Amino acid sequence: MIGNQAMTSPQSSSDRAAAAPLLEIKNLEVGFKTQRGFIPAVEGVSMRLEAGQTLAIVGESGSGKSTTAQAIIDLLPGAGKVTGGQILFEGRDLTTLAPKEMQAVRGNLIGYVPQDPMSNLNPVWNIGFQVEEAIRANGVAKGKAARARTIEVLQQAGLADAEVRLKQYPHQFSGGMRQRVLIGIGLSSRPKLLIADEPTSALDVTVQRKILDHIETLTRDYGTSVLFITHDLGLAVERADQLVVMYKGKVVESGRSVDILANPLHPYTQKLVAAAPNLASRRIQSARRPESTRKLDIASIGSVDDRMMAKADARDSGPSENLVTVDDITKIYRIRRGGFKTDELKAVDGVSFTMPRGTTTAIVGESGSGKSTVAKLMLQLETITSGSIRFDGQDVAKLKGADLLKFRRRVQPVFQDPYGSLDPVYSVGNTISEPLRAHGIGDKKSRSARVYELLEQVALPASTVNRYPNELSGGQRQRIAIARALALKPDVLVLDEAVSALDVLVQGQVLELLTDLQAELELTYLFITHDLAVVRLIADTVCVMQSGKIVERATTDEVFDNPREEYTRTLLEAIPGAHFEFGR
Amino acid sequence: MSNNLPETSQHFVADASATPVHVVDSLDETDKARSTWADAWDAMRTRPMFWIALSLIFVIVLVAVFPRLFTAEAPNSGCLLPNSNGGPEAGHPFGFTRQGCDVFARVIFGAQASLVVGLLATALVTAFGIVIGALAGYYGGFLDAVVSRVGDIFFAIPTVLGAIVLISVLPERTPVVIALVLAIFAWPQIARIMRGAVLSARSADYVTASTALGVSRFRILIRHVLPNAIAPVIVVATTSLGSFIVAEATLSFLGIGLPPNIMSWGNDIGQARTSVQTAPMVLFYPAAALSLTVLSFLMLGDVVRDALDPKARARR
Amino acid sequence: MLGYVGRRLLQLIPVFFGATFLIYFMVFSLPGDPIAALFGERPPPDSVIAAIRAEYNLDEPFIVQYFLYVGGILTGDLGTTYSGRPVEDLLAQAFPITFRLAMLALFFEAVAGILVGLIAGLRKGKLFDASALVVSLLLISVPTFVLGFILQYVFAIQLGLFRTTVGPGAPIQDLILPAIVLASVSFAYIVRLTRASVADNVGADFVRTATAKGLSRPRVVTVHVLRNSLIPVVTFLGVDIGSLMVGAIVTEGIFNINGVGGTVFRAITLGEGPTVVSFVAVMVIIYMLANLLVDLLYATLDPRIRYVK
Repeated sequence: MIGNQAMTSPQSSSDRAAAAPLLEIKNLEVGFKTQRGFIPAVEGVSMRLEAGQTLAIVGESGSGKSTTAQAIIDLLPGAGKVTGGQILFEGRDLTTLAPKEMQAVRGNLIGYVPQDPMSNLNPVWNIGFQVEEAIRANGVAKGKAARARTIEVLQQAGLADAEVRLKQYPHQFSGGMRQRVLIGIGLSSRPKLLIADEPTSALDVTVQRKILDHIETLTRDYGTSVLFITHDLGLAVERADQLVVMYKGKVVESGRSVDILANPLHPYTQKLVAAAPNLASRRIQSARRPESTRKLDIASIGSVDDRMMAKADARDSGPSENLVTVDDITKIYRIRRGGFKTDELKAVDGVSFTMPRGTTTAIVGESGSGKSTVAKLMLQLETITSGSIRFDGQDVAKLKGADLLKFRRRVQPVFQDPYGSLDPVYSVGNTISEPLRAHGIGDKKSRSARVYELLEQVALPASTVNRYPNELSGGQRQRIAIARALALKPDVLVLDEAVSALDVLVQGQVLELLTDLQAELELTYLFITHDLAVVRLIADTVCVMQSGKIVERATTDEVFDNPREEYTRTLLEAIPGAHFEFGR
Repeated sequence: MSNNLPETSQHFVADASATPVHVVDSLDETDKARSTWADAWDAMRTRPMFWIALSLIFVIVLVAVFPRLFTAEAPNSGCLLPNSNGGPEAGHPFGFTRQGCDVFARVIFGAQASLVVGLLATALVTAFGIVIGALAGYYGGFLDAVVSRVGDIFFAIPTVLGAIVLISVLPERTPVVIALVLAIFAWPQIARIMRGAVLSARSADYVTASTALGVSRFRILIRHVLPNAIAPVIVVATTSLGSFIVAEATLSFLGIGLPPNIMSWGNDIGQARTSVQTAPMVLFYPAAALSLTVLSFLMLGDVVRDALDPKARARR
Repeated sequence: MLGYVGRRLLQLIPVFFGATFLIYFMVFSLPGDPIAALFGERPPPDSVIAAIRAEYNLDEPFIVQYFLYVGGILTGDLGTTYSGRPVEDLLAQAFPITFRLAMLALFFEAVAGILVGLIAGLRKGKLFDASALVVSLLLISVPTFVLGFILQYVFAIQLGLFRTTVGPGAPIQDLILPAIVLASVSFAYIVRLTRASVADNVGADFVRTATAKGLSRPRVVTVHVLRNSLIPVVTFLGVDIGSLMVGAIVTEGIFNINGVGGTVFRAITLGEGPTVVSFVAVMVIIYMLANLLVDLLYATLDPRIRYVK
């Protein structure tokens, strides 16, 4: 069996002598004690990772992927408990170790890079202290040497000016910088295994790429194996040799990542692969052009892309009037510094674009690019410093009183955070009917009828009316937010990162819903996102923003096929798995 | 499936029927709908402490409103000096004070003053604090600056110290006056908490969403911001009821609270102090009544906090 | 850090003037004759009234009176007691005693409170935690003056372990029992606060990361959990100094200690209004200064405050 495996896996052929895998998980069972009893989170999970290899566990939120990773070095939260199975690390069962023995494994043999860089560094200690502490605890270096090693670790993790930044505190670092510090800590004693739990999901794509490159270089240099936990199939296939797909606490499929993604066999994996937004596939681009529609037949298992493309083509593609004209808008924020000094921040700098009726305009950019400010200006939640936005012939900045109210009826928002955009003390029915009440439309009976109609439009059962947001999933909440936005029959929806917080399957469903609604109600969308891959599925025109300016504006096909600007190319390149051909 | 361990390079697929893939994002329609407040109520009513606190408070309120139900003895008349510091006897279970008055009757009649001061001061502080804190936090700007600075000034004077000064120049001391005086120095606490809660609720996405939907600013304050910001104030208000009762008792004990002709546990403790060596129980009974009252409001505050605190909710 | 200290000092100025003005206004500008009110049912001799009127410049316009009063405070002239003694003399004698008592109480409540709270927070839901919660609840509901009498009765009168009253020099051994009484309510609050804060921090991401680094459990608990949990406790200490002052009036009264609190206590019982007002004003000023110190301590504990903007 072992010989077999060495032959089929070229990377491990050099390790033929070391027969046992570095990490082997056998039938792991983990559960959580809650007030409603014991709830299993991981059921019978098995996987193995050879020395020097990279394994990725892929799954949606709640799939048990992080719990599995935490169980390895006994980092489960208080109520969590391993109830069965083995975790063999170099042949030693980690589940049976005494606390002191586990302490010697942590950091020293197995490093850990957590998910959220904002909450994983202690805010009250400086960076140098937190790195040095790890170095001393694992006996890597002592005294003055520990300080020198601290600087070295941080420099290797990509903090060039580490020496001067040792005395700084976490809140003085950006997210990407903090993640570099955490990677430095995780690798500070050159462990044999690095567990990276969604190490970049909170970061911009370009930063994500750099960080992942760093992890790759360092672990290759140190000969460290990596266990990636991720929700991103593209990232998994790009960075990992082996793949384990988890769903509801169980492994549904595992094997070489290229095999699984080219030929997914389990229905869940198939769904996941089909829903993953993807750029490189030529088929998608050709589908847009009528002359090559026959290529569609090659793979029509029903990927989200295909159906959307079909709908997009079905739409009347004749030239339509410009519903919105944005002309050279600028927004300057004044930031108070201590005392009487103020700084000016140009959040939006000379942005112009138009939105034809019934189309989708996407604004893409990284954090701080000013894309969300454009959304706020469009919604008149902030005042424009200079320039103008004309909606249906009117200058929106000049609207007041009843006219502003009328404008608000026609331009509605859907925000990113499905947990924050619904008032937790309002029932779903009250939330959806609020705009109707605020604008004094209809009586109680007709409003209630409209609420049921809207729920049907967003494909939720009528019984949802009496629910409260905390009982709904992220996707369901976002549907409610869309229903609320549609209540007044608006012309424009401003979707600010509206699908970014959702799992990929749910994201696909919401995007599909949005496309359906657009065709049905002739809606015009302003789609703000950081995720270029999603843009491909929904937008007609794309504006790429960087530091307040639009650097490139073109049709979606042009931007993806022939990006003219260096920055656009960088963004496209940074998308994990951009060049991988997904099986359908 | 245990014999089918996934090997590294082997393509393993789980039996599709073992892990059926559900329609993504379906709503479980069998669960009953639950609002935040219903959740909080559920969390409270399953705690024995909640019912213990509530029954104690019920009894105390009953005693305060209808003292005659509990004792036939008048607290002041019928005091006979020969009974001075006498022990318990038939009809007088707690014995007699130094003036020869019935201790049980005095304890029963003392409840009213404590409760009136506690409830009134809490009501005043909560109402004023909510209005001022909400307006300052929600509208910000000049109003906020003025309210915060004035609040700082009152906050710089500890409540009971301020009360000592103010009461020492007031001609009349009734329970209402004491409650007012305490409220004057205690309001900034609630106002600060309310302001903070409103500030965070104001920046929530659902408020931005409602603004963009065309809901008026004041309506958003009333319908969205206040209901979401009120929880911490309710928690602090429940607990501060106990503190006000203690404050009144302390002032009365010092001799600058309620005048001797008004029944008050603080007064009685102050009176009994002089003979604590010979008749400690005369001091003990009003002290126990006072502590029990404070304890019941504290317990209620604890249960309410656990039910409303978002962190505690998340932990459940 | 220097910027923070400067800002905090600047903020103190309006609060100082506001609070002193408020006290002065309450006493001398409310309707009615302030002197009659201050002396209650025992009108003082005319000579004392004249002295008081001169002392508080009652013949000047109100705002002038106030500024003369504040000027006095700033130059160390804190007013006159009922018997005509300068307040600052009395204060020089009484303050060291109260300071000793307060430090002892602070020591008890902080050390014991944090320790018990830490253990309870680490063992949330266990027996120790449950008993700590019950005991703290009971301690909070027994007012200081009640506990004072109970402890005095049990330990001093019945068991004879301590002296009932404190000797003239207020030696430390005599102050232990009063300090425990003074500390009890705050001790209970600190237990609850530390417990909640520790329980929160134990589940924090950075604590998990610290464990993942390979640190020992004691180090994780002290350097990461406890260190961060101290921040809300220090904030509480600021407010708590106010309750300590009220508590000092009661406790020093019960144990007959000749400190600031005991002086106020006697002045209240004897109806000596001017003494009460002068001393309470001084206490409020000390409270403000103590709070300034606590805020600076807070800033050294939390770098996010120090480096803001």
